Amino acid sequence: MRYLTDRKRAEGKGASHTGTEHHWYMQASGAALAFIIPVFIIALGRAFGRDHAGVVEFFARPHVAILTGLVLFVSMRHFAKGATMMIEDYARGSTRKALIIAVLSLSYLITATGLFALARIAL
Amino acid sequence: MAETKRVVRPPVRPLSPHLQIYRPQMTAISSILTRITGNGMIVGAILMVWWLLAAATGPDYFAFVDGLLHGWIGRIILTGSLWAVWYHYLAGLRHLWFDAGRGLEIETAERLGWACVIGSVLLTVLTFFII
Repeated sequence: MRYLTDRKRAEGKGASHTGTEHHWYMQASGAALAFIIPVFIIALGRAFGRDHAGVVEFFARPHVAILTGLVLFVSMRHFAKGATMMIEDYARGSTRKALIIAVLSLSYLITATGLFALARIAL
Repeated sequence: MAETKRVVRPPVRPLSPHLQIYRPQMTAISSILTRITGNGMIVGAILMVWWLLAAATGPDYFAFVDGLLHGWIGRIILTGSLWAVWYHYLAGLRHLWFDAGRGLEIETAERLGWACVIGSVLLTVLTFFII
């Protein structure tokens, strides 16, 4: 008699080893980015070309600061998971692990730096 | 015991035709472009955060970084990043559409690929008019 169900034995044996959470996160964050990216691109374009005082004044506005922080955070999570997918397709073993750690670190570093800059400008 | 050593040869398996054999197809090109633009945008993201950090630091450092981004190399990278954003944007929407089980007929998928390529160029030009 088998004590494990077929489902239990099959879990974790697929290509991702986890399930569909990763893919679902890409869909959910992608849908969120679809709404905020066009607004952010236009905002960024209008800020680009101003002098220092103008740029600081622009990003100190609450809605611009919130939008920028939101775009930074969501897009960097989306990037980290997307880049992980690419690395998993092309690299194996220790190289794969090292590259994924590097990409995760880079995405968090960019997020932290961007949020620090925003805080300094807006607060 | 006269046992002869048998040499084990790996079986000759057929190889599937790959990139050098296949004619480039719209579906494959539009797919790999999604990955290239998605990962390439990290350059634009680093530049943007550097620019923000410079703005938070002070006028002198800001003038240096802002000057770099307004130089011709900066402009090429930023324009490329803008196109990458729009391409990845449209290709991402196409992905959501595919994931819903729609648009998977070959003709439709190819037309959607062209829509991403042409649409991204149009949106890039349009952005320059809006901002």
